[in-house]
Amino acid sequence: MTYLNKMILAGLLAALAACTNATGYDGGGSAGAGGSGAGSAGDPASPAYFQQAIGDRVLFAVDQSDLSSEAQSTLQAQAEWLMRNSDYSAVIEGHADEQGTREYNLALGARRANAAREFLVSRGVAGSRLKTVSYGKERPIEICSEEACYAKNRRAVTVLSADLTG
Amino acid sequence: MMRFLVAVLLGAALLSAPARAQNKPLRIEITEGVIEPMPFAVPDFVPDSPAASEMARQIARVIASDLSGTGLFREVPADAHIGAVSDFSAPIQFADWKAVNAQALITGAVGMSGDRVTVRFRVWDVFAGAELGNGLQYAGTADGWRRMAHKVADAVYSRITGEGGYFDSRVVFVSETGPKDDRRKRLAIMDYDGANVQYLTDSSSIVLAPRFSPTGDRVLYTSYETGFPRIFVMDVGQVQRRVLNTPEGTMSFAPRFAPDGRTVVYSLTQGGNTDLYRMDLATGHSERLTSAPSIETAPSYSPDGGRIVFESDRSGTQQLYIMPAGGGEATRISFGQGRYGTPVWSPRGDLIAFTKQNKGRFHIGVMRTDGSEERLLTASFLDEGPTWAPNGRVIMFTRETQGAGGRSSLYSVDISGRNLLPVRTPDGGSDPSWSPLQD
Repeated sequence: MTYLNKMILAGLLAALAACTNATGYDGGGSAGAGGSGAGSAGDPASPAYFQQAIGDRVLFAVDQSDLSSEAQSTLQAQAEWLMRNSDYSAVIEGHADEQGTREYNLALGARRANAAREFLVSRGVAGSRLKTVSYGKERPIEICSEEACYAKNRRAVTVLSADLTG
Repeated sequence: MMRFLVAVLLGAALLSAPARAQNKPLRIEITEGVIEPMPFAVPDFVPDSPAASEMARQIARVIASDLSGTGLFREVPADAHIGAVSDFSAPIQFADWKAVNAQALITGAVGMSGDRVTVRFRVWDVFAGAELGNGLQYAGTADGWRRMAHKVADAVYSRITGEGGYFDSRVVFVSETGPKDDRRKRLAIMDYDGANVQYLTDSSSIVLAPRFSPTGDRVLYTSYETGFPRIFVMDVGQVQRRVLNTPEGTMSFAPRFAPDGRTVVYSLTQGGNTDLYRMDLATGHSERLTSAPSIETAPSYSPDGGRIVFESDRSGTQQLYIMPAGGGEATRISFGQGRYGTPVWSPRGDLIAFTKQNKGRFHIGVMRTDGSEERLLTASFLDEGPTWAPNGRVIMFTRETQGAGGRSSLYSVDISGRNLLPVRTPDGGSDPSWSPLQD
């Protein structure tokens, strides 16, 4: 399927998420149209469940891309969900906090996204279902210039999209 | 834009300058010792016709603004003048300008004929009672009048400092609007002083770090147009762009032209690892320059094209390295405290500008190419991304303010750390890249 089709589909999913998510949880500021969040969080096969009950993101220490034990358990659950729901593929978005130069943070975000991807692959998710992208410091979700915000911005977010090529 | 710009020496017969007096010549040595700016006067240029009078006034103002903006010159304002220049060919009344302590005097005339504008000027050493250099004439279309003013200012700057000028130049940058968590970015291009802003892209995709070609005709930049960061090359005149052919599933960013204008060095990320590559723009053929599990990015060529300075965290933190342009062994050049990134080789070849991050602060600094004589020029919550003026004397960079309302804007500073000035842009600005002097 073409990239354009995927974007249209992602847009539809995002629109759907906006309709069905009474809480208004918006996919966590992922750049582009976040594909996750569709369906009811009460349905374990729904992207909303993946996003909210399992957790679509893992956080990192300053200038690190190592996965903490907490991150590993989140990714373990993500992997299990992806194995159960093979109609979905995902783009893992890596992000950095603002305390760094632009190019370095792009490369650092790529390391983080890749660390998450490799973990998922090591737990059995087909690599062909997982793409990565880095936004560096371009897409913060928290905007204060303090560690409390930085900690939430240093993240890798697994953004689902329905995989019609499957 | 001005289509034609020609410089013509004014007839020597017009004026025969008196013999140079034997006092100190009109000269600024640009060293760290320059503290006291040289006073100059630039009375309104003399219009050849009433239609040219507004432009004649504006051209003098742009020249004054260029010179004052360097921090090396200080204008004696018009209301302090006791003399006037109403005839460009009449002898200069030096006593009138000595009395107000204007050491340099710039006189000029502006003629308009249809869409054609002609600017003539002369530079005077007031205390020597002599002309400095020869009179020159620039001609062009009316919409290029600011460029002609900048060219006059470049000539004045050059004659007095002995250095090349930088006023007839442009800056490509990222124009920013919106809050930090919904920042909209567009590529924009403007004159070095913030005039004549034009937008080259819309804000539908993130765009980053545009870089001029060595002749200023093209710009490399990174865009998320495809959903992933990829490098585009744009023809500035035509505003036409194409994406560089990089492998599916990779990210590419941090491009910079080689001095030949045909080769591009850039970062490519594959499997989470970022290395340096170069590509021949004509053939699309690419070649890997580094091969390490560390981050290698922000490459910049030496002016002779023989070497590349870049940043790498191979030692554990971001530091600066220099390697041959074809790859090979790299030598670390940064050894001070903290992290070093975004190195940019100066157009004169003598210095590397960089961003330094230390103890929670960011600095723009310069060092020699062997890493010696490190000098920090700025300090703030977040300064980054230096770019060199064409004469290697001034650096422009991005400054972002702290907190939820944080905003990016452009600043310039000279390489001695003085004359820190905001650069006027319509909205926020980041990632400036300074063009070479225009023809």
